[in-house]
Parts: sequence; C-alpha cells; structure tokens
Amino acid sequence: MTAPTPIPALELRHISKTYPLKLGGGLFPRFGELHAVRDVSLILPQNKILGLVGESGSGKSTTGLLALRLIEPSSGAILVGGTDITALDHAALKPYRRKLQVVFQDSYSALDPMMTLAQIVAEPLHIHGLGTAREQTELALDWLIRVGLDRSYGSRYPHELSGGQRQRVAIARALILRPTVLVADEPTSALDVSVKAQIINLLQDLQAEMGLSILFISHDLSVVRSLTDTVAVMFNGRIVEQAATEAIFTDARHGYTRALLDAIPALNPRDRRKRAFLSRDQIEAGTPRLSAHDLNMPPSEVARLVPVAPNHFVEAVVAA
Amino acid sequence: MRLLDVQNLTVSFTQHEGVVQAVRGMTLHVDEGESLGIVGESGAGKSVTCMAALRLLREPPARIRADRLTLGGTDVLKARGADLARLRGRVAAMIFQDPMTAFDPSFTIGRQIGETIRAHRPAAKAAIRAEGQALLSRVEIQNPAAILDSYPHQLSGGMLQRAMIAMALSCRPQILFADEPTTALDVTIQAQILQLIKEVQVEFGMGLVMVTHDLGVVAETVDRVLVMYGGRAMEQGPVQDIFDAPAHPYTKALLASIPGRTSGRQRLTEIKGASPNPVNPPTGCPFHPRCALADPHCAAEMPPFRTIGQGRDAACWRLQ
Repeated sequence: MTAPTPIPALELRHISKTYPLKLGGGLFPRFGELHAVRDVSLILPQNKILGLVGESGSGKSTTGLLALRLIEPSSGAILVGGTDITALDHAALKPYRRKLQVVFQDSYSALDPMMTLAQIVAEPLHIHGLGTAREQTELALDWLIRVGLDRSYGSRYPHELSGGQRQRVAIARALILRPTVLVADEPTSALDVSVKAQIINLLQDLQAEMGLSILFISHDLSVVRSLTDTVAVMFNGRIVEQAATEAIFTDARHGYTRALLDAIPALNPRDRRKRAFLSRDQIEAGTPRLSAHDLNMPPSEVARLVPVAPNHFVEAVVAA
Repeated sequence: MRLLDVQNLTVSFTQHEGVVQAVRGMTLHVDEGESLGIVGESGAGKSVTCMAALRLLREPPARIRADRLTLGGTDVLKARGADLARLRGRVAAMIFQDPMTAFDPSFTIGRQIGETIRAHRPAAKAAIRAEGQALLSRVEIQNPAAILDSYPHQLSGGMLQRAMIAMALSCRPQILFADEPTTALDVTIQAQILQLIKEVQVEFGMGLVMVTHDLGVVAETVDRVLVMYGGRAMEQGPVQDIFDAPAHPYTKALLASIPGRTSGRQRLTEIKGASPNPVNPPTGCPFHPRCALADPHCAAEMPPFRTIGQGRDAACWRLQ
C-alpha cells in the first residue's frame, strides 16, 4: 500500500507483538511465543474514522495499545503525523502523547473515583503544563458542556453518573488536549441501546468539528457501519481484509469477513435464516488463493495483503 | 396451556438508599411451545421478572407481590420445599449471561450436570454419565466424554454456554428462561448459540423466554415480544408486527436507534436523557421525561396496558 499524499494522522508499519508463552512447568520450562499481533500495517488518514473489527483474542485491542505505545511493539514502526515515535524515550514521547489520546470501554475503571469531574477533565492540561489552574478548570467546564453535560457536573464524582455520562467525561478528558488521533476501544460496548446512539453521535460531531482521526476498535459491526469510513478486519492477530466501509459490508472477499457478517443478527424477523457455520480451520481454508502470476509480480514481491479492487485489500495465500 | 401466567407482578428491594422498585405491575404470559422475547435496557426489570417467576430472589431484601404468578399451573408464590425444587428444573430451567460464574469452578462439568439429573431423576452412576454425554452431544459439543471430565476454566465461553444449555435441558423442562445468553459471547458464537436454543426449543417442545437488550436477538429468535421500560410493560405483540409497526413511542425510538440499518456514515436517532431511577421513578408513564409526545396527563397518571389490536397491547395515553 502506498501512503496517500497528505501525511496520515497515524500509521502502523509491520507492527508485531509477541509474548513469551510458558510451555510445561517444572524447573526448566520451555518457552514458546504467543503472536498477539502479526505484521499489522494500518493507515489512519487525517480527518477519518477507521474501524478495527474482530472478535475477542483477535488482537484488535493490542493493536490499539501498540498505536498509543502503551505497550511496546516487538517489531515494526509507529508514525504519528509522519514522525516515527517507535524508539522515542519517555521525555521525547511526551509531546506525541498529547496528539494521541484514548477512550476505553469501561468508563468506571477509567475515571479516578476520588477526583471530581472537573479535576478529571483538567488533569491532562495539568500534566502537560498548559495554562493556569483557573484556566484549566474553566476549559474543563467548557468541555463538560461540549460533551453534553453542564458546568454543575464539575463538582460531582464518577459514581454519581450513569455509564453514558461517564463515557462523555472520558471523551472530554481525551479531547481537551486537542489530539490529532483518538483511539476509541469499544467505547459503546457497555452502554444501553438508547445511550449508545448518543455517544456515537457525539463522537461523529466532535470528529467533524475538530478534524479528528479516530481508530475505532469494536466487535459491533452495526456500529462500525454507521460510524466509520474504512474498516480493517482482524483475525488471529492479522489483518485479513481492509477496505472502504461499504465495500466490506457489500463486497467482502475474505472467508472470515464473510463469516463475521453472516453472524450479525437480522434487523427484521423477516430476514431470519438458518446459518451454516464454519470452523476456524474451514475459514482459514477459505482464504482466497492467488498466484503470483495472477498478480503479475514476482513471488518475492507479493505482499500478504493483495489488492482485489481499488483500496480493497485481502489477505491471500500466495502460491508461487 | 399457560406455562407462565403473571398478573400484576411487583418486585421491590429494600436497600439503604431506599426501596428499589424493580418491577411495577407486570402482566405477561407464555403458552406451550411459544417463545417470548423480553426486551429492554438495563434496569428495565426484565431479569428481575424472570428471577421472580422462579423465586430465585432472596426474600428479603426482595419483596414479590402478584395477583397471579403460576408456572406450569403451580402457584409460585405459595410453593415451598419440594414443590419449589420441582418447579426449578422440571417445570422451568434458566440459563444465564455469564456461564463462567454460573458453574462452580471446583467441580467438573460432568459432576454438575449429573447433580442436576440426580436431583430430579435418580439413576445409576453410569446411566447419569451416559445421559450427560448424550446431552453434551445434543448441544453440539465435540468429544463430550472429555468435556464431562473438564473443569469450567478449561472451556471457552461458547462451550460453557453450550454446557449450561445441556444442564438446563437435563430435566426436560416445559419452559426455558434464557437471560441474555449471548451477551458475553463473540458475534459468530452468538449466532451459533441462538440457533441452538431455537432448535432445542422446538425439539423439546419447550416454551422460551428470551431476555435481551438486543433487538437483533429478538428479531432472530422469538414469536412474540414484550418491551419493558422502568419496571413496566410498554408494548407487547407478535414480533413481525412490532418490527413493522411499533405503536409505543419508546418501541419506535428503540427501533430507530439501531445502528447499521442503512449504508454509509450517518447520525443515529438517539433517545435523549437516561433511564429512570428505580428508587425514585417519575410519576405517570416512566418514559414521559424522554418522550416527544408526552403531555401533562402522561406525567400525572400511568396509562393502562390495554389491547390496541390483534394480539397487541400497549401502555400509552397518546395511542387513542
């Protein structure tokens, strides 16, 4: 994949993360490797929302944490606005932390129960030494209004809020530094249906107002369809398909993407159907097979993700 | 025959914050072989309704009142000792959202399924084991003998949910309560479990109560839907009719807020505000503070749950 001409807000290049895995016990256990994320490359363009979908254990949250450098990649590179931040030390990384912010699924454990909401939202300003204490508080109160609460919430504590309100606070805290990239890891999964729509709309509005780029990590394909511009599908730590959102929903090519789409419950009882389920092995076996000849390139140059249509990439087993 | 007949059910809990009014006058029924979906957001009272029907709530703090509450013709509120034990298992069985906590971690799956069988139908050890094995095969567990000897932590969430369904089926209940049985599962596993529940429901000729917050699950599995909000029934009717022509403003808003119904990025229809506080619920209709059609009458008096068409009931003053 070639980078689009404007510099991407965030780019992951061949990122992998392996964890040592203890095999057997005893005094001298052998160690294997668990490949949580394997050779993932992603481009998040400026002012766009990229959906990263997959099931539990697919590596999507790990990819999000790697992008934020909250965990360190085993190999590969992370670029923020074109700058490689993979090897930066703590001090050098700090200005980039301002540009990369995160919202997690469980807003209850993400907010300090001993702090007021004004303190919570102002804390990033304090950490980065921006403005006087009074200015920090004022801006925090403005942000509470901006995410749909009001100034009176500034003196409240997290336990006084509903799940949707806490998620609004988490969003305010993430965006008060005006980051260029927001990593949102299942931000609506713990919320009720009616509140989920509120939070998705809030993210859409703020994204448009601020020209923000969002890496939206979710297992909920319906939400992804309503919110994102492009989608990357993860399976077993790899990206198996990547395309514009509508292309994923109407023209999926990889066996796993199709299985995932087929599993979405019907939105109307009329569309009920009996499904034929594939095992993981069958899904792997259903991976498209392409020859280097088909692709018109020498075998050594064939990328694992091959283009099947403009801006539509699928993982293929490449036969020589 | 009415398998489940509930009239004017009230469930409250006395806690130090005050009295939590979880269910405030629910009327519902399930006939033989029929499936009912109870849909609503957290705190709507759907789980508590089911728990009360099986008398699974500790009393006190719970306080259950009803004009009528029968399971398979037996008065649940008057049942004691052996009668209650027969109700739970032989008449009705329940599967829960989190299979990991529903099983005892210190006993094998086989021992726990065997315990259920033994409690209701004493038999020789070998016969009980054979029965357990047959049940696990029925819920499409490969290699049932090995799974009988496994402990809960050795199985995945999907496998455990299958084992829990097997356990529920072991006493051939007349009605199965499924409380958010797929909420903790991945989307592909969810589709498999829902299909399995539908199959065994038909095969065992059971009534089914499917409790869920997910309208997609309802659209996939049930004949009839009951929409709950703030401890009350808002609307009830055949599933296709409810999806095609919802009558109650809350049902309409809920259906409109489902993401992913159309292609392309879009703002969702949100329901403003939050669910009512069960300690201090609003007067009148619980939905009136969030309802676009609400007038002073709605705030003053709870509308009765009354027939609005063929097999359909709703509680709304504005449906005249």
